[in-house]
Amino acid sequence: MKLTLKIWRQPSQNVKGKFETYSLDNVSEHMSFLEMLDVLNEKLSFEQKVPIAFEHDCREGICGTCSLVINGQPHGPLQGTTTCQLHMRNFKDGETIVIEPYRASAFPVLKDLSVDRGALDRIIQAGGFISVSTGQAQDANAVPIEKDVASHAFDAATCIGCGACVAACPNSSAMLFTSAKVAHLALLPQGKVEAQKRVLNMVRQMDLENFGNCSNITACEAECPKGISVSNIALMNREFLSASFSSNDAN
Amino acid sequence: MSWMTNALKPIGLVWFANFLTSSIGKKLLMSLSGLFLILFLPVHLIGNLQLLAKDAGVSFNLYSYFMTHNPLIKTVSYLLYFSILLHTIQGLLLWRKNKKARGNIGYAVSALRGDGTNVKAASNMAWLGIIIFVFIAVHMYQFWLQMKLGKVPMVMIEGTEYKNLYEPVVLAFSNPGFVIFYVVSMIIIGIHLNHGFQSSFQTLGLNHKKYTPFIKYIGRIYAFIVPFGFAIIPIIVYGRNNLWW
Repeated sequence: MKLTLKIWRQPSQNVKGKFETYSLDNVSEHMSFLEMLDVLNEKLSFEQKVPIAFEHDCREGICGTCSLVINGQPHGPLQGTTTCQLHMRNFKDGETIVIEPYRASAFPVLKDLSVDRGALDRIIQAGGFISVSTGQAQDANAVPIEKDVASHAFDAATCIGCGACVAACPNSSAMLFTSAKVAHLALLPQGKVEAQKRVLNMVRQMDLENFGNCSNITACEAECPKGISVSNIALMNREFLSASFSSNDAN
Repeated sequence: MSWMTNALKPIGLVWFANFLTSSIGKKLLMSLSGLFLILFLPVHLIGNLQLLAKDAGVSFNLYSYFMTHNPLIKTVSYLLYFSILLHTIQGLLLWRKNKKARGNIGYAVSALRGDGTNVKAASNMAWLGIIIFVFIAVHMYQFWLQMKLGKVPMVMIEGTEYKNLYEPVVLAFSNPGFVIFYVVSMIIIGIHLNHGFQSSFQTLGLNHKKYTPFIKYIGRIYAFIVPFGFAIIPIIVYGRNNLWW
């Protein structure tokens, strides 16, 4: 395959960026999208040019490190797939592919295609955990959880925190991410203990990070590589409403 | 600290101010004010349909007299004005915040997709809303304000004098340009409602596989029938007066 690649290049956060066009020959259709970029970077290094910065880690679709907006879609055209699991057979020979970083004020571009997604980590730090006393591990089946509830919680827990929801949202809202984390823990008995405090703190942190507001456009759900449902957002709205009116915190 | 937090602090409602100024609280206000307007529209439509009665405006004028003199309706009308202003101002503030959240550099290629709603309408609610607000302003100046200021001719119905609102309405509807403006505005309202109806339930947290498909279904029917009902009135009135139907 021969490809024309229009890639966003930006030396650092405070320097203006622009698109550069590269042409890449002999691309195998069996390569993943990231392997294609590896080949391009090898070529650039060989030509004594600065390789393109992009994020990647497990390359198995489970860590949430890879990102990219490919032809206008976070993680590219294939639904329910991360960029690392997207293969070049989904593109045509001679195609022009536009590759951009995630765009959101809360995700500043660090270099080229890599952005700072620390805002999502800070939302987790605000309440996306359960407090457990250390000691001997409890028997796995000691706490009974109904199958439907466990499945719902698991579906929410499959969120890998990649930030594609924020990138896809015209408002750059992080509601899908935050709601997946809230729902995952609020549904389970272990998470119920701190449920009210959790949702209040996580929403407060989300608002501090300057994400936009949810308009129920559902672009987040459509682009989520893990298919997280917007019904989690409704669940978080319910949790937030009830916690605001009934939590023990006077403020 | 927002002005609302400062205002509510002395009465011990800091938590309520925090709630209302949170992203979810702001959207909740949009949802509740929107749902109130959704309830109001069919009532308004039923009244307007009396313009079609072939009685030289008697039933319409009696109806508009009732609407401006019944104390309960007058009270609710203040809630209506408040809802329109709240929905508009809050909507514009959210729009500005959302644009800021997106940042200065947009995508070179945009391929917006979504599930179960019209993403084009959903992502342009502010623009649609601004057009609707302009329509409401024109509409209120033309009919509501004239009625309030009494710049309306009088008419005798069964020995009592009533304001003849029927006459300026029919006059306005005999202008083809105004009829087109009215009908186009109704289409815009339909698009706005098509997203707004189901979206307001989602914001309230009312999403469940047992009733969400039903809400979406009813929302689509509502967003078609109500604006259609409004739009048909000027068309029929114009037709009767100019095309001898």
